[in-house]
Amino acid sequence: MSEQLAIELEGIDKRFGAVQANKDINLKVKKGSIHGIVGENGAGKSTLMSILYGFYHADGGEIRIDGKTVTIASSQAAIALGIGMVHQHFMLVENFTVLENVILGAEGGARLSKGIGRARAELKRLAADYDLKVDPDAITGDLPVGLQQRVEILKALFRGADILILDEPTGVLTPPEADHLFRILRVLRDEGKTVLLITHKLREIMAVTDEVSVMRRGEMVATRETSKTSMGELAELMVGRRVLLDVEKTPAQPGAPFLSVEGLNVRDARGVDVVKDVSFEVRAGEIVGIAGVSGNGQSELLEAIAGIRPARSGVVTIDGTRIDLAAARRDPAEIRSYGLAHVPEDRHRMGLVTRFHEYENAILGYHRDPACGRGAFLDLDAIRATARAGIEKYDIRPPDCALKTANFSGGNQQKIVLAREIERDPAVLLVGQPTRGVDIGAIEFIHKRLVALRDAGKAVLLVSVELDEVRALADRVLVMFDGRVVGERAPETAESELGLLMAGATQEAAE
Amino acid sequence: MFDTLILILDSTVRLSTPLLLAALAGLYSERSGVFDIGLEGKMLGAAFAAGAAAAVTGSAWIGLGAGIAVSIALALVHGFACITNRGNQIVSGVAINFLAIGLTALLGQDWFRQGGRTPPVTGDARFETLVLPFADALREVPVIGGIYSELLSGHNILVYIAFLAVPFTWWVLFRTRFGLRLRAVGENPAAVDTAGISVTWLRYRAVICTGILCGIAGAYLSVAQSAGFIKDMTAGKGFIALAALIFAKWKPVPVMFACLLFGFLDAVAIRLQGQQVPGIGEVPVQAIQALPYILTVVLLAGFIGRAVPPKAGGTAYVKERS
Ligand SMILES: Nc1ncnc2c1ncn2[C@@H]1O[C@H](COP(=O)(O)OP(=O)(O)OP(=O)(O)O)[C@@H](O)[C@H]1O
Ligand SMILES: [Mg+2]
Repeated sequence: MSEQLAIELEGIDKRFGAVQANKDINLKVKKGSIHGIVGENGAGKSTLMSILYGFYHADGGEIRIDGKTVTIASSQAAIALGIGMVHQHFMLVENFTVLENVILGAEGGARLSKGIGRARAELKRLAADYDLKVDPDAITGDLPVGLQQRVEILKALFRGADILILDEPTGVLTPPEADHLFRILRVLRDEGKTVLLITHKLREIMAVTDEVSVMRRGEMVATRETSKTSMGELAELMVGRRVLLDVEKTPAQPGAPFLSVEGLNVRDARGVDVVKDVSFEVRAGEIVGIAGVSGNGQSELLEAIAGIRPARSGVVTIDGTRIDLAAARRDPAEIRSYGLAHVPEDRHRMGLVTRFHEYENAILGYHRDPACGRGAFLDLDAIRATARAGIEKYDIRPPDCALKTANFSGGNQQKIVLAREIERDPAVLLVGQPTRGVDIGAIEFIHKRLVALRDAGKAVLLVSVELDEVRALADRVLVMFDGRVVGERAPETAESELGLLMAGATQEAAE
Repeated sequence: MFDTLILILDSTVRLSTPLLLAALAGLYSERSGVFDIGLEGKMLGAAFAAGAAAAVTGSAWIGLGAGIAVSIALALVHGFACITNRGNQIVSGVAINFLAIGLTALLGQDWFRQGGRTPPVTGDARFETLVLPFADALREVPVIGGIYSELLSGHNILVYIAFLAVPFTWWVLFRTRFGLRLRAVGENPAAVDTAGISVTWLRYRAVICTGILCGIAGAYLSVAQSAGFIKDMTAGKGFIALAALIFAKWKPVPVMFACLLFGFLDAVAIRLQGQQVPGIGEVPVQAIQALPYILTVVLLAGFIGRAVPPKAGGTAYVKERS
């Protein structure tokens, strides 16, 4: 066992305006280990990693790489020191091919022709060595997120990274994809590379890391050997109090159907049928969960019901109002007015305008509400008051509604959307990936809010790739595969059975 | 009939050249994420500088150099405002246009006292037409003679430079490291930054390329196509070039065809001036002059699909999460 240190941080400080994102951080990471970092949303994890990667500059403190004191003035310097990073939000050029993305910044000469051939060979080698297969000529933006992430990892390895930082890599991955990633990380570690892994999923920390450090409100509060700690202890260290890792709920009392979907068919822009003849009901006072490997039509289903995506055929009934989705292009605002709220899966693309102030996002889509103003004028005081109430209730940090939304941490951005949609008290709530990128304290809170909404007699349709989450929250589970609902199960059904259904095994085989 | 066609096509080439140079100029800047509606102003400034320098020194090449220098200077002003100081790119572009209109008129009157014109340039002070080899010998050969000797031969060197700039730009954009980074920074500057490349320097280089090409476009107007600078001689060509750029979806080869199309419309307009068209009567020239703009709007609205500009275009790069 080598006790050499790959990374040593001493007294790192970083302040953004009024927010102290990192306070006197000390961290030691052993060479050839997988080191986890956990902490609440906004604890400063991404900031710390961005400092290590030269993307931000620390206000003070010292960084040592392999025992040598260094200044990391730019990402270029970080790359030269053998540091690679997979950012929480991918840093890819979407209309580039995979190959182009990988060589960007490491082209190997002023003319591309030479470098490209070498890069292609190198990618092939990396793909074989680490089981990181991606078509080098595919357009990056067309790839599913799991593959886009591989491209990010390939980028780092291509540059010869010895230290690999992954910021919430599994937030967007399905469980099998995450397992695959962890196999790769272990291989990298066994080769002597050092991995820094940020995640909110304590199970992953327990499964894959050697050591784990906990951050809270900008400070490093503890470092533990993974084998000598527990999920409960980590959760408590993170949040500063005991956290319930399970959802507490009473049996559902379903009432009249609030949301019914009949014969929904959706074809996407490429002409592929992505939702096929889906019908189901969600009753007042129940949570229906949709389980499935991502990309099996769940996202499109939600978007079609919300009126964002045109459907080829299908009727939804929301709280008694029948809407023919295939008729004239439906307007999401109209559908909302019947009592439907929607927390989109991808908060960056659909949920938020990140360049807006927080309070503007807090009413986005509801700006015509009488509560937000009169006629053409917005009542900013009332809007700010609404925003502040949301910030308080959902513990959004920092509690500043005038801050630009882009400057909130990932999990806090998610809370902004949730606060906006849930607090409207809708009859029907559609939620996609409600806890993606959210810390465990907040997960506990969000789960409680969803259950409370149910207990208040509302209908909740939940889509999540986290099977655990679906099983914990839902009163009934629908499994989607290849655009169809392939089965309905009770949430207590064994994970293996649900897993088989999700993988497309036929009904009979699963029974 | 064939001769008329050749004549129209010949003037199409002449008229498209400044559009092509300006549109390719805009392509560099806009592909890097810096929108530039100041093409017009840079061209005008360059035309004036070229006209003035050529008249004073008697050398067209010095005129060209002066035009390029002034255009680069204006491009750097735009860069300083938009890249370094993160100013609004549209406002800066408009300002440069006004600056160029005002300064060229003012300095022109002050220096030469000919109502804003520069003294006419002749001889070495103007780019002469080049005759391609065998052009005279082939002149009498049917069809080929017309095409080769009239259409391809007999232009000044800047015309050839403009058309050679098309494959060159394509090569730069898609076959060089600079081009790859240029395209990347226009789409996602954060990706470029995290790859260890300076966004600022890259965008400055793009803007300088814009300056060079706009400079050539301006010099073409005053010391190649015409013999001297005339007040406001760009007459909206910078904006037509911009339309061509959008029309061509920021791609070099389509840019050439778009500019040829707009140049062709211009050539037809000139040809039709004052002529009676059967069934219509005298065609108002303004209607044909408006065609490039109308065409751009109509075609973009329905026929060739959406022109998606470089994703990061129009916004300054600030280090933060999106
Ligand atoms: N560019 C910025 N400008 C202003 N404030 C910022 C900026 N970047 C981060 N912050 C603030 O710094 C704090 C730490 O953010 P950081 O992204 O490091 O959190 P995190 O631990 O990664 O959270 P999450 O788990 O939600 O991703 C937050 O309060 C955030 O709002
Ligand atoms: Mg983060």
